[in-house]
Amino acid sequence: MAHHVLTPPVTEEQVRALRVNDTVTLEGPLYGIRDANQIALFDRGRATRFDLAGHAAMHTAPNVRKVAPSAEHPAGYAPICVGTTTSARMERFTRPLMSQMGVRLVVGKGGLGAASLEAFREIGGAYLAVIGGTAALETTWVEAIEDVDMDDLNPESIWKFRVKHFGPLLVAMDSHGGSLYADVAARAKTRRELVLFRLGLK
Amino acid sequence: MKVDPRQVEDAARELYVRALKVLPPDIKEGFGRLVASETDATAQGVLATMVTNIRVAESTDNLLCQDTGIPIYNVVIGRGVEIDGVALMDAIRRGCERATREHSLRSSVVHPITRKNEHTSCGPGVPPIHIDFSDEADQLRIEMVPKGSGSENNSWLRMAVPAEGIGAIKLFVVDCVLEAGGKTCPPTIVGVGVGGTSDLCMSLAKRAATRPLGSACADPEGAKLERELSAAVNDLGVGPQGLGGDSTAFAVHVEIAATHITMNPVAVNMQCHSARRASATITPQGVAYGF
Repeated sequence: MAHHVLTPPVTEEQVRALRVNDTVTLEGPLYGIRDANQIALFDRGRATRFDLAGHAAMHTAPNVRKVAPSAEHPAGYAPICVGTTTSARMERFTRPLMSQMGVRLVVGKGGLGAASLEAFREIGGAYLAVIGGTAALETTWVEAIEDVDMDDLNPESIWKFRVKHFGPLLVAMDSHGGSLYADVAARAKTRRELVLFRLGLK
Repeated sequence: MKVDPRQVEDAARELYVRALKVLPPDIKEGFGRLVASETDATAQGVLATMVTNIRVAESTDNLLCQDTGIPIYNVVIGRGVEIDGVALMDAIRRGCERATREHSLRSSVVHPITRKNEHTSCGPGVPPIHIDFSDEADQLRIEMVPKGSGSENNSWLRMAVPAEGIGAIKLFVVDCVLEAGGKTCPPTIVGVGVGGTSDLCMSLAKRAATRPLGSACADPEGAKLERELSAAVNDLGVGPQGLGGDSTAFAVHVEIAATHITMNPVAVNMQCHSARRASATITPQGVAYGF
């Protein structure tokens, strides 16, 4: 159970060094992605001017306030509350996010499924779990919104955050086929039999 | 007692912001109980982070969760209250819009087909406003529930049949909790509706999910089912965030309605660990805020 401090862009080698139950702290750029902008990117062929190669993409749509652009708020947005949304809705975008955009790390909550796990294994990627619903805390790790693309989709734009000591995040899925969610689901399936027996259903 | 719609509008605005920032005391106590009984080390860490977040939200005056949810208003009008019903509905909607604009809340509401976001947290039929009546003469109560999508997306209805008995209900609840896994931001409150029509059953499940912790179903059969299912779902080991552990749910809450002789409906709706709600009570003395 090692701790890693990563400043994206990261290499395939750096990502393959991550193992489930390790922890990660992110420094520097972190991109916010979401249902609407991934539908735009992968279903409608819309392009982004951001280069996501080697970067970390977090499932989020933040609360922001429009402000005059300044050194503190280069994109003209002040972050109010930045938190992480349920990843499972966006399961089918993991592979294109990695193969077409070069994303190496997916930050989310609640976990991803078998197809994503396979993409992490094949291409070299990992899923870093945030404790869902703890956005007030997460916001304290966000220094600024540096840039924004697909602004018309607000709040589901593509956000470029600058983060400091973002974490610790838990490596919940790695590039070696490890998934804490799959492990817990398999154990729960076994325990289901006992639970149903106690409820008088077996 | 005459109620000015402007008073309702201000309360509707205030309630949305309050609900997003301060967790009700029963949920905080619920965390205390889970922290004391959790045996899994990972789960202990997850719960500790959640408790820290509650403190950070309060000390930084920030939202607990970025998901401002679908705004829901439950209104109970005392029999001595005089108010124009249409004006009441308009006032709540305006208050909800004002909260979104004035506080810069993320509008989480879009048109279901065009997906266009009006940035008001409102749209056709939203916010849902439920009106009920009570015997309390000089009192109008408004409860506000911002229902996050992680938990709301995990809603199920099953029109079981009488031959399947109560077993169908128990099995359905267990399997819904398994299916939800970590997606609902557990520990959750699992709301279960039993009986009614399809729409009433779902509405019962929602009411159950947002009922305060420590309260019990008024129907003794429902209360018995709550105890049985609360133990059962925590035995599954899903744990907080679906990462394993004992704390899968704060509780299972059941609400019951009579049903048709040919029907045995069951619905499940979950509330995430940020089980937010706030209430305002308007009396001749003014507005009192609580949970």
